Amino acid sequence: MSSEYRKWQCIVCGFIYDEAAGLPEDGIAPGTRWEDIPEDWACPECGVAKADFEMVEITA
Amino acid sequence: MSEHSGGNEPVVIVGAGLAGYTTARELRKHDRARPLVIVTADDGAFYSKPMLSNALAQHKAPADLALKDAAGMAAELDAEILTRTRVAAIDPAARTVTTGGGRTLSYGDLVLATGAVPVRVPLEGDAAGAVISVNHLDDYARFRDALPDGGTVLIMGPGLIGCEFANDLAAAGHPVHVVGPAPHPLDRLLPEPAARRLQQALAELGVTWHLGTTVAAVERGGGTLRARLADGTGVDAHVVLSAVGLAPDTRLAAAAGLTVNRGIVVDRHLRTSGAHVWALGDCAEVEGLVLPFVMPLMACARALGATLGGTPTAVRYPPMPVTVKTPACPVVVCPPVPPVEGAWEVDEGGDGVRGLYRDGQGHLRGFALTGGRVREKQALVKDIPPWLDGQAASDG
Repeated sequence: MSSEYRKWQCIVCGFIYDEAAGLPEDGIAPGTRWEDIPEDWACPECGVAKADFEMVEITA
Repeated sequence: MSEHSGGNEPVVIVGAGLAGYTTARELRKHDRARPLVIVTADDGAFYSKPMLSNALAQHKAPADLALKDAAGMAAELDAEILTRTRVAAIDPAARTVTTGGGRTLSYGDLVLATGAVPVRVPLEGDAAGAVISVNHLDDYARFRDALPDGGTVLIMGPGLIGCEFANDLAAAGHPVHVVGPAPHPLDRLLPEPAARRLQQALAELGVTWHLGTTVAAVERGGGTLRARLADGTGVDAHVVLSAVGLAPDTRLAAAAGLTVNRGIVVDRHLRTSGAHVWALGDCAEVEGLVLPFVMPLMACARALGATLGGTPTAVRYPPMPVTVKTPACPVVVCPPVPPVEGAWEVDEGGDGVRGLYRDGQGHLRGFALTGGRVREKQALVKDIPPWLDGQAASDG
């Protein structure tokens, strides 16, 4: 069983990444897990690299 | 000869906002050993400033926004953090700063990350002093303390921060009035049809607009505040929030004799006119650009952290569109940077507005998107030239 999609929030700028929605315009398909996002990806709103992203999981 | 003093002489950072703390983090990627002192007038908690204007929607109290306290930051950064401490003076010749408490700190390199101060417009009335500006977590806590459940808020300034707060407050059930001299919200950033979409969406959420006028006076009356507008009307509100703009905080730099224009003047290595003194963030003017947004700040912090860590690195700005956090009407704007003569070409088809800003030669220099058309951001940004490339300025 796959678990439910999660949302992650950038602690620097508040940007929310929703796994269910993905970021198709950024080349990330809907349903892409946070773990599966490339390491060289950066937050589209503040430019922080994934390695520094410090995403916190949010419940919504 | 190395540009930074290197060695074991301390880096002193003035300011513990996003600019100060991110520079410290970036420095630590390059150099774990160099002594680091951070001086801050507030309590040194690390928080996300962009989230101040959408905390209500996320059911966050001010204390929830502080992600790590000063002790936690000091441990993470191997830094000494002096909280509730102001820097009274800088002596660039002696390479020292003096705190308000009279302590003198020597530095090898000094980083000014002093941020911005809210612009205040002069107001008449016995409650003019009760008007709140929010530019820090402390300010935000004061604002929330002053705001009763369901209380009415008057926001002065229909700009980016004013619109974000209006959306957040209205969505949380607060009656909101927004007052400003411009004919439309965000009128310096958006073409009129896009501004009208935002205005209408916020009105549908319950925001009352008072545009083309200003607040003349704020008085106390009957348990609330009463704002008297220049057009002769009045608005009662529990809290009056001033969001008319921010000005770079250049006071320390100016007093120390550093070159100051709109902001503290720095080159693309973030060098001020003083040796071993650097500046970034909302206080700085980088090659003539004052860009008080997160993305440019992060770009500067990465460059300066590398420079201070021994690898001189110039700032490079790609085009950096700004997302306005107004969920009632999503807005993304990429202003023309540096400013250039041009004209908007507006398309209102589809599920939003797309404005393309073209210069005299027809080149795309900026854009504005609303509603569902914010999806077009990534495709458009590829056609915009860098705001500050690694080379001397050129027309490309």
